[in-house]
Amino acid sequence: MADMLEIDRLSFRYPEAPREAVSGFDLRIPQGEIVVLAGPSGCGKSTLLRTVNGLIPHMYSGDYAGDVRVGGASVKGSDMRDLSQKVGFLFQNPENQIFMFTVERDVAFGLENIGVPRDEMRERVDEALRLLGISDLAQRAPHELSDGQKQRVALAGVLAMKPSLVILDEPTSLLDPMTAGDLVALVAKLRKDLGTTFVVVEHRLDLLVKVADRLVVMSEGKKVLEGTPRDILFGDDAERYGVATPAVTQLQKMLARRGLATTGTLLTPGELAAELKGRNR
Amino acid sequence: MIEFQGVTFVHQNGVKALDGVTLKVEAGETVALVGENGAGKTTLVKHVTGLLKPTTGKVIVDGHDTKQTSTASLSRKVGVAFQNPDHQLFSESVEEEMSFALRNFGFSPELVRKRVDWGLGLFGLDEYRKSSPLVLSGGEKKRLTLACILAWDPDVVILDEPTVGQDSIQKEKLAGTIKMLRSAGKTVVVVSHDIEFLWPIQPRVVVMKSGRVVGDGPAALVMQDETLLASARVAQPQLVELYRGLSERPPGPFVDALDARRWFEERMKR
Ligand SMILES: Nc1ncnc2c1ncn2[C@@H]1O[C@H](COP(=O)(O)OP(=O)(O)OP(=O)(O)O)[C@@H](O)[C@H]1O
Ligand SMILES: Nc1ncnc2c1ncn2[C@@H]1O[C@H](COP(=O)(O)OP(=O)(O)OP(=O)(O)O)[C@@H](O)[C@H]1O
Ligand SMILES: [Mg+2]
Ligand SMILES: [Mg+2]
Repeated sequence: MADMLEIDRLSFRYPEAPREAVSGFDLRIPQGEIVVLAGPSGCGKSTLLRTVNGLIPHMYSGDYAGDVRVGGASVKGSDMRDLSQKVGFLFQNPENQIFMFTVERDVAFGLENIGVPRDEMRERVDEALRLLGISDLAQRAPHELSDGQKQRVALAGVLAMKPSLVILDEPTSLLDPMTAGDLVALVAKLRKDLGTTFVVVEHRLDLLVKVADRLVVMSEGKKVLEGTPRDILFGDDAERYGVATPAVTQLQKMLARRGLATTGTLLTPGELAAELKGRNR
Repeated sequence: MIEFQGVTFVHQNGVKALDGVTLKVEAGETVALVGENGAGKTTLVKHVTGLLKPTTGKVIVDGHDTKQTSTASLSRKVGVAFQNPDHQLFSESVEEEMSFALRNFGFSPELVRKRVDWGLGLFGLDEYRKSSPLVLSGGEKKRLTLACILAWDPDVVILDEPTVGQDSIQKEKLAGTIKMLRSAGKTVVVVSHDIEFLWPIQPRVVVMKSGRVVGDGPAALVMQDETLLASARVAQPQLVELYRGLSERPPGPFVDALDARRWFEERMKR
């Protein structure tokens, strides 16, 4: 069976851009994986994501080479409507995807489009609102919300569709810290319960490293590192590419070099504290 | 420098976004504003620029009541980088975007050029000088709004979620810039959910919830108050969590990983 996402020798250059935003990129993601995509600001992450949901090449012009396949079907040859059912997409800026008069209608929009029966739609909208903690905002106007509330509405709209592949472009950037933690737990749960595949662009790795199977690091349009979060964060190259090593991992690394901590797994603050206490006895 | 006296603000849709806020920020202070989504942080910040006026109560900026001051005169004093950069970028080119305010404030062409060069260099935007701001990546747009306001050197700098879209190298530069503003005596207000970014800066931390200020104090104190943080849906910095998990520990929490490493090494030697 084909992998959920297959990217082959992909290159894309925006019109009149001095160089390719994505350059000779290869990636394979099996169904049910959670993959985090990181790399310096401007390295081409959002551009790469646009080639997965079809915005590139269907809506953006430019030089396109290589191939992207979702569930075996080429994105270039699929129409946007089919793609939008398979691929859930959270934009970096939530204002690019909320436009209805009420939050509830906004979250229902995608479901309405694909003709989901009313009762089921009701259920799925309510569930999505509840999962994102915004049930009380259902009747509010989305453009009259705080930015973090907007991001939660956009996320609810994406998840209500239950797509098999979910692409999230900095999903926690506007969320308060506890809601960000809840979202990461929700991602892990959806993968477990429904086998959903996730590709997440994120700069705040402290939350995601615990649930991600793989970390892919991009720089100047190219894939430069790929591996488990542990292997990459304990390696020597991550920092060079602006990948944020969580503070507690930085400390774990420093102490490990002096034989004061283990490196088998990425430890949480509580786990590292326990380990250090143990050593002291 | 900034004073809120019993400020309440009700949006047109009836939502009470600020509910009796009393807060004083002295000149030269660095203040972090944290709290759950919808707590009222952005609404509060918009009152400092005079973009919003209190429904009841008073906002005083540098001795002037914002209700009696023109937005134009306030804007020379207070520079704000809003949460969503798309609301702030409107010029044809990156360079023009930066020059616009500078020219408006009467800087000489020579000085405009210098400041633009400085800002674009600092935030790694030099190669986009002639590009339209619309084609920038999310993080680049954000940095452009930061460069724009820092270029004209306002006395009060307000940054609403400045780390959105920024990798760790950019964040470090930004933290450095904030510390530099602090030593230059500027008043800085940073609204952020990025607790790991705020922690090493060690600002005064003001915690908001449901339109009210529910906590206020030095980072080292506020960030150890688990009950307060949880009630406002704010997480504890990793190093504070680690610190609190230790039985033997220094008098105050570690500011960064290096600081922590030094302490553990010293202790292991003993
Ligand atoms: N334009 C608007 N019209 C009506 N209500 C609004 C508007 N903007 C925000 N609100 C409401 O005012 C309250 C405070 O919003 P504000 O944007 O100040 O929150 P915030 O603390 O900045 O949140 P976030 O962390 O999500 O950015 C929220 O309940 C929000 O829904
Ligand atoms: N619509 C566009 N037209 C032309 N160039 C673009 C366009 N969108 C992005 N670019 C350029 O392509 C490059 C990659 O941008 P992209 O948005 O993919 O970066 P990113 O890795 O998502 O960055 P960030 O983390 O800051 O969001 C950047 O140099 C950017 O300026
Ligand atoms: Mg991006
Ligand atoms: Mg806000």
